[in-house]
Amino acid sequence: MNAQATQSSEKVVNVEQAVQPLLSVRNLRVWYELKRFGFLHAGYVKAVDNVNFDLPAGESIAVVGESGCGKSSLMKAILGLVKPYEGDIVFEGHSIWDGGRERMRAYNMEVGYVQQDPYGALPPFMTIRRILAEPLILAGIKDKDEQLDRIVRSLEEVKVTPPSDFLNKYPHMLSGGQQQRIVIARALIRNPKMLIADEPVSMLDASVRVEILKLLKDVQEERGLSVVYITHDLSTVRYFSERIFVMYAGKLVEQAKTNEILSNPQFPYTWALLNAISDPLHENATKLRKIPPGEPPSLIEPPKGCRFHPRCSRAIEGLCDTEEPPIQEVAEPGHYTACWLYHEKGKQHESAA
Amino acid sequence: MHSHKEEQDQALHVNDLVLYFQLTHGVVQAVDHISFSLPKQRAVVVIGESGCGKTSMGHALTRLLPRNVHRYSGEIYIDGMETMRLDDEEYRVQVRWTKISLVPQAAMNALNPVLKLRDQVLEPLLLHEPDLSQEEGMERVREVLRFVGVPEGFIDRYPFELSGGMRQRVVIAMALITNPTVIVLDEPTSALDVLTQANIYNVLKRIKWEMGTSFVLITHDVATSSELADDVLVMYAGQLMEYSSADLFFDKPLHPYAQMLMAAVPKLHGDEDLHFIPGKPPSLLSPPTGCRFADRCPHAFDKCADEPPVFRLGTRTVKCWLFEDKADEIASPAGATMQSGGNS
Amino acid sequence: MGFLKSFFRELRYYPSAIVGSIVIVLLLILSVYVVIAIPYDEAVTLWRGGGEVWYRNPKTVPPAWSNYFRSKKLPETIALDSRTDDSRIQREETPLSTGKQIDLTYQFEYTADEFPDDLILYFYPVYDEKQPFVSGEWTTADGREIRIGNFAVNEGYSFHFTQDKDIARRLKRSLKRELPVIQGLFADPSTLPEDPEASPDNIAPMKGIYTLHLTITTFGETDNVDAELVLYGKVYGLSGTDHLRRDLTVGLLWGAPVAMSFGLISALVIGVMTMIIAAIGVWYGGLVDTVIQRLTEINMVLPFLPILIMVGIFVSRSLWVIMLVTIALSIFGSGIKSFRAMFLQLRAAPYIEAAQAYGASNKRIIFLYLIPRILPMLIPGFISAIPAFVFLEASLAVLGIGDPVLPTWGKIIQDAQANAALYKGYYYWILEPSVLLMITGLGFSLLGFALDRVFNPRLRQE
Repeated sequence: MNAQATQSSEKVVNVEQAVQPLLSVRNLRVWYELKRFGFLHAGYVKAVDNVNFDLPAGESIAVVGESGCGKSSLMKAILGLVKPYEGDIVFEGHSIWDGGRERMRAYNMEVGYVQQDPYGALPPFMTIRRILAEPLILAGIKDKDEQLDRIVRSLEEVKVTPPSDFLNKYPHMLSGGQQQRIVIARALIRNPKMLIADEPVSMLDASVRVEILKLLKDVQEERGLSVVYITHDLSTVRYFSERIFVMYAGKLVEQAKTNEILSNPQFPYTWALLNAISDPLHENATKLRKIPPGEPPSLIEPPKGCRFHPRCSRAIEGLCDTEEPPIQEVAEPGHYTACWLYHEKGKQHESAA
Repeated sequence: MHSHKEEQDQALHVNDLVLYFQLTHGVVQAVDHISFSLPKQRAVVVIGESGCGKTSMGHALTRLLPRNVHRYSGEIYIDGMETMRLDDEEYRVQVRWTKISLVPQAAMNALNPVLKLRDQVLEPLLLHEPDLSQEEGMERVREVLRFVGVPEGFIDRYPFELSGGMRQRVVIAMALITNPTVIVLDEPTSALDVLTQANIYNVLKRIKWEMGTSFVLITHDVATSSELADDVLVMYAGQLMEYSSADLFFDKPLHPYAQMLMAAVPKLHGDEDLHFIPGKPPSLLSPPTGCRFADRCPHAFDKCADEPPVFRLGTRTVKCWLFEDKADEIASPAGATMQSGGNS
Repeated sequence: MGFLKSFFRELRYYPSAIVGSIVIVLLLILSVYVVIAIPYDEAVTLWRGGGEVWYRNPKTVPPAWSNYFRSKKLPETIALDSRTDDSRIQREETPLSTGKQIDLTYQFEYTADEFPDDLILYFYPVYDEKQPFVSGEWTTADGREIRIGNFAVNEGYSFHFTQDKDIARRLKRSLKRELPVIQGLFADPSTLPEDPEASPDNIAPMKGIYTLHLTITTFGETDNVDAELVLYGKVYGLSGTDHLRRDLTVGLLWGAPVAMSFGLISALVIGVMTMIIAAIGVWYGGLVDTVIQRLTEINMVLPFLPILIMVGIFVSRSLWVIMLVTIALSIFGSGIKSFRAMFLQLRAAPYIEAAQAYGASNKRIIFLYLIPRILPMLIPGFISAIPAFVFLEASLAVLGIGDPVLPTWGKIIQDAQANAALYKGYYYWILEPSVLLMITGLGFSLLGFALDRVFNPRLRQE
């Protein structure tokens, strides 16, 4: 299984013409240990289970999935906040875990992090100026004037103007949208190469979401950033990402270019997701939506075989519930999914049934 | 204006509802002279930005008021019965939960952690139908839980054992068990995943179709609201800006604010770019005189310095001077000119 | 810090906070003033001074202002010292063949409704060989003269009127009955019954100007004599006196800085240390947290007061030692548990995660991100804890383990208790330090409650 997975990630590299990707997630397993009575081993929560992908420089991808699918743990592993059980995070050719504090510090400088809760992400007892100065201080920029210069420029970049008005304010004095702009400014102030945005607009008001998404897009284009946009709201992905990665129960079940996935989803769960999203149309109120029954599985004892099979309307008995499908290219180049429906074995079983 | 018969037919008829709060530094005009009618077995969705007063409207409709109320007036007819004139105890016995119930924001997090589901869902029933026996009550509990899609075995579980989607179903069951005419829901799916959201809306649709309940759905999520909406009420700065049936609204909103709101909704399919509304909504503490949307409106003109009345165009109402000429009549005059305590 | 300013501005709306703050500020000003006006050494000397310092005061008498509440006014102590520039004393010197004759005339007005406690003349003679010789007359307010017998004075000589048999005899003749000397000297004859055998129930002192005239003869060239007449009253000063004739005001004043410093320092050090240790435990988790928690639990079970008592008896009763032990025992206390609960909630806060993501070190996160968030919680707790320590110090003193040297409120209470003050009716002795303790406790508590309401939004009134 792993051999096949490695093969397909190699294929990804080939497609990108052997240019080293900025970030490479290799065979990543993020497993949290469960302890009984504080020291007895009682199993693992397999939040991320053998995920592989590459992120080329300057590309913006979206990781889509529902709560419990492991996208937060994936994000934490990429940020270096949690150590993987197995596998590696490779940035610019070097593992981020290979080189102790020094290496991690250097890596932190290259990654910006935008969180879901704009108010929670800002220390409420620090002024805006101080909040933005912190990353600079940690980068060794002690000169106050230089700090101020960079802070002002960063505020201008996120369109919080005039900057002088906001320097001495506290987070609670700002609106949700402004707070999120400050969070973005903080993420960008050290000119990172990569930005991780975890549901950056889901806690914002609907009318403000668009502004912030636009800002992120502008910033990404101007700086040529690689962006990992994590969300469960597929309807925003179109505006913002070139590729979509779909996660379910700790696994990467499908990846493709945005338009391709939106128009030609392959994995049954992806169908279900797309199906469940409403565009504001009156017809919606006239009929029920078809939803896969049940709920996402436990990550401690995930279902055998394909993790989606208990809810899948097309599950092949005897195959999907026993063997885990390999990742393979489907539909068009660059479109990958792990589903027996598109595999030789699956087609054999279906015809036999 | 409207005949007495109209009020009798509607599930919910609201006339000139006002709710102002008293703060240490001023009065917050949360709900400012709102009137609308909701027929039986129909759902109206109240959409607007945060701070527009929609949550306060939910509280105003169900008389769940905090201590610092400055003014609470108007008429609320539920199932033909005017409820404003009842005192608090009469309201509690006759109206609350029996005629109208509320699923507040983040209700799924407010379940009592030490009560099993069966006891939790039974409670509102026993409070309002005290003559029921324990067995009858439990039978109703099982029935309603089955209806909302909570599996039979969960009845003895505690809230923490359930996922968010399940808990929200339980809360809806609690609001449904006394079979009210109207259920008010405030952001019922804001913290839930897409699939769970769709599931909850399926439940609400079935309740509407099979039990004939009317809904007032308060949300800022315009796209998902279309799942349930038969009518749309657009609120801005405490006031009603537009009231239309959903098919007309989603096809072509009238009020400039509604148009800009729709243009800011991300759509899964389609090619249009997104446009956001510049500026911020006004504070409800000291709202501007005249049309409250004027300073952000691309079509504002000199008449907008005066507060427009609510015009009626066919079945739609809109509070905007742009429609003065096309209007059939004035549905309600501008709030500022009404001197009375709310009875028209 | 500007973040805290908005909190403090809110306090204006709470009258309890204002009252409490005023009390605290007054106490602080008082403490500072006392430490400056009566420095430590002086205070110790005064308090332990012994006879020479306090001899002029009456023993265990209530404060002078208590007369305000009496119909019959008690006399205050009157002291006329010829060494001072007192307008009530006249001095004349007449040279003799050897030495000189000194005429000292003491005049004072007596206005009380009760008799004084005692009347003593203290002599300060300076002589080469021969002791100076003294004789005199006592003139009552109505002009009767009583002769004061002849006697010689040496260094440290004091003439006790009440013990002089000659004066007693002369008074008996004058007033036709036997009376205590002090009553005899001051009695108003009109208040005495006609019949000398009858008991003088209505006896009262005569108000007016009394005179004492002394004729002193010295025998050496350089000889000189000064004398101090002390009329011992039955009330004294601002706060009364104790069994050692000490003016309680000194003790009460000095009690303030002692109480404040013990309370403030203990509460502050314990509060800060507890917070830091809890933060470290929560942040590092694992073994560090476990060790801290178990240490805390063991410490919480240890009996606090008995240990303090043992330290007091076996090691030292000095205030600083007791404070140190108190702090050491209290740091790993329940404060750790409550701070830990607060920090645990914070630990998963998004802004902490963001700080980790941009590379903040553990130390930085603890001190610049976690602690400042909790600091507002610390403040009301700190203020509210101060009275506990103030009372602790007082309790230790009452138990007899207080600082042996410093005058503190607890010490005064302990003296009073040891001298059966309540039994004997010396209520002021117990009430004064108790009231001060109560006011201190009240002041801090009022401010503490208001602070709690301001800093803890859940308790805020709508």
